[in-house]
Amino acid sequence: MDEKIKKRIEDMIHKNKIFIFMKGSPDAPECGFSMKVANILKDLHVEFGYFNIFEDEEIRQGVKEYANWPTIPQVYINGKFVGGADIMEQLYNSGKLKKLIEE
Amino acid sequence: MLTIPEIKEKIEKGLPGAKVEIKDPRRDGVHLKAIVIYKGFKDKSLVEQHQMVYATLKEELKEELHALGLETYEE
Repeated sequence: MDEKIKKRIEDMIHKNKIFIFMKGSPDAPECGFSMKVANILKDLHVEFGYFNIFEDEEIRQGVKEYANWPTIPQVYINGKFVGGADIMEQLYNSGKLKKLIEE
Repeated sequence: MLTIPEIKEKIEKGLPGAKVEIKDPRRDGVHLKAIVIYKGFKDKSLVEQHQMVYATLKEELKEELHALGLETYEE
């Protein structure tokens, strides 16, 4: 992967404690899975940064390679890849997500 | 597009001994859900477990993976 793209991705995921790559925006999600992730974070009343991957195809493909994860949305906490919609839902329902965020 | 039996078979071939069930909750043939029970998931994080499943479907489902939900368990 192009170093420039990798650096852009790393800057973004380290800018906020919680950062998500999604389709659309938290208030105007353009995919059910992205909406689910944004809503989970809103339910927890936590701040999070986001990037709408429709705005940049290079980032869209770059994050799939960066996290070795084929789909969007992608959630990062403390700069580490946590998962997509399924994993976020499982972590949320089990209460582990709250712990992860409070670490 | 891969049929449900083909997806099941691919995952089982890629994860020998795994028990795989494919569900179609919205009955639309697209938003599928795969439930995979596999000993090899032991001591692996959820992310790693899901990556192992996606790895068995690498090429075929490049685009359609968007709609394949996963649930993974060790046993």
